[in-house]
Amino acid sequence: MNNGLTDMTQKLVVVGAGMASGRALEHLFEAAPEAFDVTLFGAEPRGNYNRIMLSPVLAGEKTYGDIVTHDAAWYAANGVTCRFGETVTKIDRKRKVVVSKGGETPYDKLLIATGSAPFIIPVAGKDLPGVMAFRDLDDVNAMVEAARKPGARAVVIGGGLLGLEAAAALRLRGMEVTVLHLMGHLMERQLDPAAGYLLKKELEGRGIKVHVKAQTKAILGEEKVEAVLLEDGTVYPADIVVMAVGIRPETRIAVDAGLHVERGIVVSDQMVTSDPDILAVGECVEHEGVCYGLVAPLYDMARVVAKTLVKEDAAFRPVETATQLKVTGINLYSAGDFADGDDREEIVLRDASAGVYKRLVLKQNRIIGAVMYGETSDGAWFFDMLRKGTDIAEMRETLIFGQAYQGGSPLDPTAAVAALPDDAEICGCNGVCKGKIVSAITSKGLTSLDDVRAHTKASASCGSCTGLVEQVMKLTLGDSYNPAAVQPMCTCTDLGHDDVRRLIKAKALKTIPAVMQELEWKTSCGCAKCRPALNYYLVCDWPDEYADDYQSRFINERVHANIQKDGTYSVVPRMWGGVTNAAELRAIADVVEKFNIPAVKVTGGQRIDMLGVRKEDLPAVWAELGKAGFVSGHAYAKGLRTVKTCVGSDWCRFGTQDSTGLGIRIEKFMWGSWTPAKVKMAVSGCPRNCAEATCKDVGVICVDSGFEIHFAGAAGLDIKGTEKLGLVATEDEALEVIVALTQMYREQARYLERIYKWAKRVGYDEVRRQILDDKDRRKAYFDRFVFSQKFAQVDPWSERVSGKDKHEFKPMASVGFAEAAE
Amino acid sequence: MSDWVEIGRLSDIPRRGARCVDTPIGRIAVFRTAADEVYAIEDRCPHKGGPLSQGIVHGAQVTCPLHNWVFSLETGLAQGADEGAVRTFPLKRDGERILMDASAILAAASARIAAE
Ligand SMILES: Cc1cc2nc3c(=O)[nH]c(=O)nc-3n(C[C@H](O)[C@H](O)[C@H](O)COP(=O)(O)OP(=O)(O)OC[C@H]3O[C@@H](n4cnc5c(N)ncnc54)[C@H](O)[C@@H]3O)c2cc1C
Ligand code: SF4
Ligand code: SF4
Ligand code: FES
Repeated sequence: MNNGLTDMTQKLVVVGAGMASGRALEHLFEAAPEAFDVTLFGAEPRGNYNRIMLSPVLAGEKTYGDIVTHDAAWYAANGVTCRFGETVTKIDRKRKVVVSKGGETPYDKLLIATGSAPFIIPVAGKDLPGVMAFRDLDDVNAMVEAARKPGARAVVIGGGLLGLEAAAALRLRGMEVTVLHLMGHLMERQLDPAAGYLLKKELEGRGIKVHVKAQTKAILGEEKVEAVLLEDGTVYPADIVVMAVGIRPETRIAVDAGLHVERGIVVSDQMVTSDPDILAVGECVEHEGVCYGLVAPLYDMARVVAKTLVKEDAAFRPVETATQLKVTGINLYSAGDFADGDDREEIVLRDASAGVYKRLVLKQNRIIGAVMYGETSDGAWFFDMLRKGTDIAEMRETLIFGQAYQGGSPLDPTAAVAALPDDAEICGCNGVCKGKIVSAITSKGLTSLDDVRAHTKASASCGSCTGLVEQVMKLTLGDSYNPAAVQPMCTCTDLGHDDVRRLIKAKALKTIPAVMQELEWKTSCGCAKCRPALNYYLVCDWPDEYADDYQSRFINERVHANIQKDGTYSVVPRMWGGVTNAAELRAIADVVEKFNIPAVKVTGGQRIDMLGVRKEDLPAVWAELGKAGFVSGHAYAKGLRTVKTCVGSDWCRFGTQDSTGLGIRIEKFMWGSWTPAKVKMAVSGCPRNCAEATCKDVGVICVDSGFEIHFAGAAGLDIKGTEKLGLVATEDEALEVIVALTQMYREQARYLERIYKWAKRVGYDEVRRQILDDKDRRKAYFDRFVFSQKFAQVDPWSERVSGKDKHEFKPMASVGFAEAAE
Repeated sequence: MSDWVEIGRLSDIPRRGARCVDTPIGRIAVFRTAADEVYAIEDRCPHKGGPLSQGIVHGAQVTCPLHNWVFSLETGLAQGADEGAVRTFPLKRDGERILMDASAILAAASARIAAE
C-alpha cells in the first residue's frame, strides 16, 4: 500500500470529487490523518474544485486555476489515490467492492458524494448538439467556445439562480441572450414579485431579454440547435440553449445497490445510509425529507460525516439557507421564509429612485424571512438574527433601515415625485412636465397652487394632477408649502388615485409589481382595494402591452358572469340595442331547459337574464349561446353594459331619427371596453324619451335637427338627471362625441367612480371644452379608444368555451368518504 | 389518524387564486398565495354563505366576493371589525403535490351529524 500504511488501515472509497467530498476529506484528515486509506473516484477528468465559482469563470472574471480547491500536491500529501475521469457504475454491497472501468475496488467504508444531475426538460430537440447544462467545467468551456462566434445567440431556459448567472456571464461575453422563465417572475423561489421586477429591469438594462411565463414547446434544429419554440408560438433563434431548470440528486448507483432512496439517498443525522458501511454527503442526500442545493448545509454535512467516520458523536441539523446572486453589479439577498401568513407581519421599505426594495417577514417579533434588492449590506445582520431567533421588539421601528441606522429621518412621502425626471409629464390635460413647473416656481417666485395654475396651466383643467403638482411644489419650496391632504387609495399607499394614475403614465409603469415598487407601496402584494384599481389603470393606459392580471379582478370579471347570493351565477347575453328575434329567443329557451336554469328575467337594460346557473355549467351554457350567435353581455363588468333604445323612426309615429340603429351602432362599436365603473347608455327617438336616456351615464335624445348628447345621469343610489353636453348634426358625429367622452372618463376617473361623480369633480364645462369645442382633442380621445378596442373586443365567452382559464370552472378534485375511510 | 389524499398539483391553482375540492361536507376552497403557500378552508362565508374561493387573494387572506369580509387563510378568522370564522383544513405539500387529510373531513362530517 502506498504511504506505508499498514494492512490494519481501513479502506475508504469516495465516489464523487465535488465540493462536499473535498470538504469531508479535509475534516477527516484533520481529525485522523492515518485512519483511512482513501481512493477518490471522480467522473470529471479533474479533481475537486469550487463549483460555485464556475459563474465568475464563465463571466471571464476568474480562471479555472483560481477555483481549484485541492491540487495534486494535496492529494499526494494525504495519500489519496485519485481515480479522476472514472465513473463508478456499480456498488456490490455483498462483496464490498465498487465497479468502474478500471475494475473492482474494495472498500471497508464507502462515501457517496455524487452531487446532482442537471434536469433536462423532456422536449423534442433536447438532445441536439448545442443544448447544454451548466454544471461542470466542460459545460463552461463549451459555452465560452460558442460565445467566440460574433453575434452568437444564447437562449437560457430557467430564470433561477443558475440560469441568471449563466445569462449575465454570456452577455458579458458578448452573446445575445434571452432568458425563458416558466413562472411569472424571476427566481420565484427566492424572491417575491417586487424584487423579481427589479431584477428583470436590471437584466433588461444589460441587454438581456427576459420572457416570463414562457413554456418551452420544442428545441428546433436539423443537425444542431437553431431555435427554441414556445407554446405561445414565439420563436427565439439560438446557437446554444442552456438548460438551467433545476437539478435532481444523482442517486443511480445507490438505487441499483438497493439503498433506501427517496428523492435523494436517505441518511440519518450521522450521514449514514440504510447500509451501515455506506455513508453519503452533499446534494445527493435526503435528510428528514429535505434535499439541499446550496453549499452551506453541505459543509455542515461534511463535518458530520468526517466525525462519524472516526467514530465521534455528531449530528446534522437542518439549517436555514440564504441566497445571493453572483452577478457583478446586482445586489440581491434572500433568506428564510417570506410567505405571507397572518400571524406574520411584514416591514417593507422601497426607495424607487435608488431601486431598493427590502422586506422583512416577522413572526412574534422574530425575523423569519428577508428579501432585499439593491442594497443588501444588512443581509448578514438580518440572517444572523433570523438564525438566532433574536427578539427585535426594541428596534422594530428602525429595523428595516439596517444596522448602521442612527436615528435618521423618516421616510419621505415625496420620494416618488422627486425621482421623476424633468421631462415627466405631470399634467396630462395641458401637457405640462415637471421641469416646467419647477422652473416657473423658482423663476417667478410662485407660492400657491393658484399661481402655479395661472402660470403653467398645470392642474388647471381636470384637476386630477393636483396632488402631484402640490408635491412638486413641496419639493421645490420645501416645508414652507403644505399640500392639502389627499385620500390615499388604500392602506397600502399614501398616494391618492389621481396621483397613482398620473405616475403610471409619467413613469411608464406597465405591471402591478412595477407600480408597487416605483410608487413605494407599503405592502408586498397589495389588497383587494388597490389591486383591481391598478389592474384597471394598467389595462386602460397600456392596452397593447399590459398583460391583464385576472387574479386582481373581482370574481364577476374573472368568470364573466354575475355571482348571486347563493354562489350560482347569472348569464346575460348581449341583445344589441335590446332587439331580438325568434331564433335568439328559441336558443335561450333551449338553453334554459337543457341546463335546468331556475329563473329567467327581463332586465332593466332590455335583455334577458338567466339566473341560477352553476359555475361548472357556465362554459357549456356559453357554448350553446355562442352557436346562436350570442356574445357576452358584460352584465358583470366595469365596462359598457347596455345601450337601451326605443323603436324610433322605424316604427314610432313621433320618431325623428333611427334611434334603434344608432343604439346598436354604439353598442357594437363600444362593447368589450373596460371602464372605471359600469357604463349604461340609452338612445331615445324623440324628447318623449321612452328609452329613459336622461338618467343614464350617456344618453342621446334624437331631435329633428340632429342628436342631443347627454351625460352624467344617475338612477341608482343617487338620482340625477343628465347634463346636456351639446347638439350634433350627424350620427357619425354623435358616435365620435360619445366615444371621446367615454375615453376621457376612462383615462381620468378613479376606479369605481361613475361618470356623474367624475364629471362633477372635473367640471361639466371642462368636459364640454375638451369634447365638443376642442375637435383635435376629441379626435385624439376617439383614436385612443379605437386603438384599445383592438385588444378589448374579444368575446370572453367564446374564449372560455375554447378552453381559456379552464381551472376556473372545474373543481380540482373530490374527496369522498371512501378515501376518508381507508 | 391522518389520511393524506392527493388533491392536485400546485400548478393546478393560479397564484393568488383558488380551486375547489368537492367533499361530502360541501366544497372546500384550496388557495395558493403569491408565495406559493397553500391553505384549505370551507368554501362558505359565515356572513351570508359567499363562496370564498371566488374572492381576491392578498397575502394570506381572502376577501369574500359578496360583501368584502376578509378572512385569514391560516386561522379562518374574520379580520377587522367583522366577527366570524370558517373551518380550516390541514394540507400538506410534497414537492408539487398537494395532499388533504381525508380524516379531517370525516371528523368534520361526524361533528356536523352530531350537532344535528
Ligand atoms: C454554476 C453553479 C453555481 C453555483 N452557485 C452556488 C452559490 O452561489 N452558492 C451555493 O451555495 N451553491 C451554489 N451552487 C451549488 C453548489 O455548487 C452545489 O451545491 C455543490 O457543488 C454540491 O456539492 P456536491 O459535492 O454534493 O456535488 P458536486 O459538487 O456536484 O460533486 C459531485 C461530483 O460527483 C461526480 N459524480 C457523480 N456521479 C459519479 C459517479 N457515479 N462516479 C464518479 N463520480 C461521480 C460528479 O461528476 C461531480 O463532479 C452552484 C452550482 C453551480 C453549478
Ligand atoms: S322616444 Fe319618441 S321616438 Fe322613441 S318610442 Fe318614445 S315617442 Fe317614439
Ligand atoms: S336593486 Fe339591489 S337587490 Fe335588486 S338586483 Fe340591484 S343590487 Fe340586487
Ligand atoms: S357572504 Fe361573505 S361577506 Fe357576505
